[in-house]
Amino acid sequence: MELLILIFLPLVGALITAAIAKQNASKTIALAFSILTLAATISVLCKFTPDASMQFVVNYPWIQQLGINFHAGIDGISIITIILTNILVPLIVLSTFKHVYKNANAFYALILFMQSGLLLVFTALDGFLFYIGWEAALIPIYFICAMWGGKDRIKINMKFFVYTIAGSLFMLLGIIYLYLQNPANNFDINAFYALNLDSHQQGWVFWAFFIAFAIKMPIFPFHTWQPDTYTAAPAPGTMLLSGIMLKMGIYGVIRWLLPVVPQGVQDWAYLAMILSIIGIIYASVIAFTQKDAKRLVAYSSIAHVGLIAAGIFASYSLGSGGIQGLQGVMVQMLSHGINVVGLFFVLDIISSRLHTNKIEELGGLAKVAPQLAITFLIIVLGTVALPGTNGFIGEFLLLFSVYNYNAWMGAIAGLTIILGAVYMFRMYQKVMLGTTNDLTITFTDIKGTEKIVLYTICVLIIVMGVYPKAVLQLSEASVQHLLEQVNQKLTGLN
Amino acid sequence: MNIIITIAITAFLVLYAGLFKARKALLPLTLTGLLVALGFVAYSWNNPTTYYTMMRVDNFALAFSALSILGTFFIFLLTDRYFAEGSDNVAEYFTLILFALTGIMMMVSYQNMSMLFIGVEIMSVSLYILAGIRKLNFASNEASLKYFLMGAFSTGFLLFGITLVYGATGSFDLTVIQQYLVNNVHSVSPLFYPGVILIMIGLCFKVGAAPFHFWVPDVYEGSPTLIMTFMSTIVKTAGFAAFLRLFAGAFEPLHDFWAPALVVIVVVTLCVGNITALFQKNFKRMLAYSSISHAGYLLFSLVVLTVNSASNVLVYATAYTFASIIAFGVLILVKQKTGSDQIDSFNGLGKRNPLAAIVLTVAMLSLAGIPLTAGFVGKYLMFLNVMEDYQTILVIIAILNALIGFYYYFKVIVAVWFIDGQDIVLNPSFLYKIVLILSAIVTLLLGVYPSLILNLI
Repeated sequence: MELLILIFLPLVGALITAAIAKQNASKTIALAFSILTLAATISVLCKFTPDASMQFVVNYPWIQQLGINFHAGIDGISIITIILTNILVPLIVLSTFKHVYKNANAFYALILFMQSGLLLVFTALDGFLFYIGWEAALIPIYFICAMWGGKDRIKINMKFFVYTIAGSLFMLLGIIYLYLQNPANNFDINAFYALNLDSHQQGWVFWAFFIAFAIKMPIFPFHTWQPDTYTAAPAPGTMLLSGIMLKMGIYGVIRWLLPVVPQGVQDWAYLAMILSIIGIIYASVIAFTQKDAKRLVAYSSIAHVGLIAAGIFASYSLGSGGIQGLQGVMVQMLSHGINVVGLFFVLDIISSRLHTNKIEELGGLAKVAPQLAITFLIIVLGTVALPGTNGFIGEFLLLFSVYNYNAWMGAIAGLTIILGAVYMFRMYQKVMLGTTNDLTITFTDIKGTEKIVLYTICVLIIVMGVYPKAVLQLSEASVQHLLEQVNQKLTGLN
Repeated sequence: MNIIITIAITAFLVLYAGLFKARKALLPLTLTGLLVALGFVAYSWNNPTTYYTMMRVDNFALAFSALSILGTFFIFLLTDRYFAEGSDNVAEYFTLILFALTGIMMMVSYQNMSMLFIGVEIMSVSLYILAGIRKLNFASNEASLKYFLMGAFSTGFLLFGITLVYGATGSFDLTVIQQYLVNNVHSVSPLFYPGVILIMIGLCFKVGAAPFHFWVPDVYEGSPTLIMTFMSTIVKTAGFAAFLRLFAGAFEPLHDFWAPALVVIVVVTLCVGNITALFQKNFKRMLAYSSISHAGYLLFSLVVLTVNSASNVLVYATAYTFASIIAFGVLILVKQKTGSDQIDSFNGLGKRNPLAAIVLTVAMLSLAGIPLTAGFVGKYLMFLNVMEDYQTILVIIAILNALIGFYYYFKVIVAVWFIDGQDIVLNPSFLYKIVLILSAIVTLLLGVYPSLILNLI
């Protein structure tokens, strides 16, 4: 029951927001509903016991003739992504309070609608339901980006849309294939886990799912939609895309790829690792050369996600020893989401005042906006994984498992982390430090809702950095259970 | 039978009402007739009857009848304010549509191939006239002539095929033909095979499947929008019902023979329809080509025959019909204001006309097959149907085509919401609003809870 409230509360909010066509009212209602959802999340979190079991399970027949059930539940892996979603959405809504969007009711309704879709993805235990959530999260973000975006928004978002939906259609094909193999004629995830496919079949299913997930994350070479889309999207759209939506891909790999087709993953993990590592290098090098700060952050996001993906496949290949790696993925999902939203929000604050994100046109902002400078610095430190910030523990665990998998890959990934620190600091230096110019002298410091958002993010960064155990213990049992499940299935096959 | 009689009598009454200049009475009279016919459908549900081995009114026939009657009902509601004051052939419009519907009722319930032929002819002759009903319009005349020539040609194929099958089996009766095939699996008369192929060609002409589709865009574009709506939804659905009765019923034992030919037709239809639709700037032409591609998806149900084939076609056809009615309804409104049926004329519609824009978006999402709309359920069932036989290549081709489809359906959504255009204000009348809202609700409802019509037949 709690779960249904959690999933459908944003949807109800979306309908109410859409019905009331007033700029300020829709802002307030959207914020109220996102905070209500956060409250519901906290109450779920209080009742949640951090063991490996599925909790808050709901299972209702939905389309009985086709074996489709509304089957959803929360375990330690889901809870992380749910916390991420429901912390970030209120912050994202709050971050828009200084902006005036035309058709504001539609704008906020779409954000809440997307939140429902995301929560559905993160809790679904039925393949069909997962697919529905997957698309239900895509449609609103397409409209958000194409309607309120910047230059060339229509063309760019069409590319984004066709790209992602191409991936998801192949995933649907994979889901249908699994359904047809399932003697029970349903989409139940446990039945999918129990399937005994040979390695050839697993290979095909692996690719059907992997392409969808790889496009979403994105992993090289499926990333070409990402920088343009991030740049052209309105700030809240970019935050939703980078902060939450790409976690759908990561979550999908963990929940639907590893345990369902372990043999397929084993056969292709090496290639997936190589692609991820190439993505890290490639994105870091390109990020280095960017003149636009928003694009720089977009590329840095590809690099970070590449490391997460590499960490998943590495810890998978390490067997039960991979628990640290997967735990690193969990923490890093949360940290990356929070940090990247922080970064994009800072850039949004700058561009809404100065109408530019070009690095060389900026400079000396720290002089005129000390509060922005300090919060931005904390976010950058979190992004470059300084010890004591939230980014550290995740990247450490990820690098550790990549290194254990293959020392060379670990070394390359590690080097690019250093590169990441260089380009992030360089950006910070050029934007915030130095002398002010004619443009930046007019800049005013953050205030009101901007302060609330940025301080909240900074507090999260530091708290998670100092006490990551709070997150780690939530998912530990489930991650361990998942790896055991995978290993059992693999040994059963061999 | 009482359904056919009701509709035919309504048609005559409407004609006489027109004769006596009772213009206000036309619409209520027609709608009442259709409602009575719907009542008979509901009354006969689960109660199959056969009429002298000519017609068999089973649940299959009733379900498709209900869909056709309901669709026609909605289309009639769209005639509100459609005709200029003082246009004098409104009664003929109504009567001919009703006559076409009578033919369609025969096409969905025939048990004897002669009834199929009569049904097809009653429908087609009415449509030839309807396509050219704007006497002074050049495009309308062209459409009518083209449709007539191609239609007559295809009816020739159909008739020739029926004759050959009769030559092989000595009967027009579907059960007898099926029995013949079951009894003589290994010694089917050589006449039978060309007969099946010719019938297939004839029916493919009617449903507008490539490579027999050349008439579709020109005829659809030239015909009055209202008639195009009727042709691309109700007539197409009827064609598929007729297809299914014959190929999933009587010719089913020969599936291995005709299925490969059908696979080729499906692939060509999907690719031709979608790729050509991609380049259209005219909304009507785009929908015409997209209707060709939908014929391709619908044929999936025949490529692999399962117990659910008929039900899948019903779901798909329902989704397609209601989405198309919305699309054409909005087109009529836009055209009344701008005089153009280019996609450009939808630019900026969302600003001043949220209702029309939202329902049109729902319709486009449904036609494209986005989850939570009826169109997705239809496509999903078709994919599932073919996947059950592991025809993966075919499904991959279909997926690539679905992607192309997303692209051009979204062009309309982009025009409506994201591009600034003329500030037109549509004033849909009350009936239009009802049709648009109801169709949108049906589309969403079936998308969220398709169990309502799944396994109905």
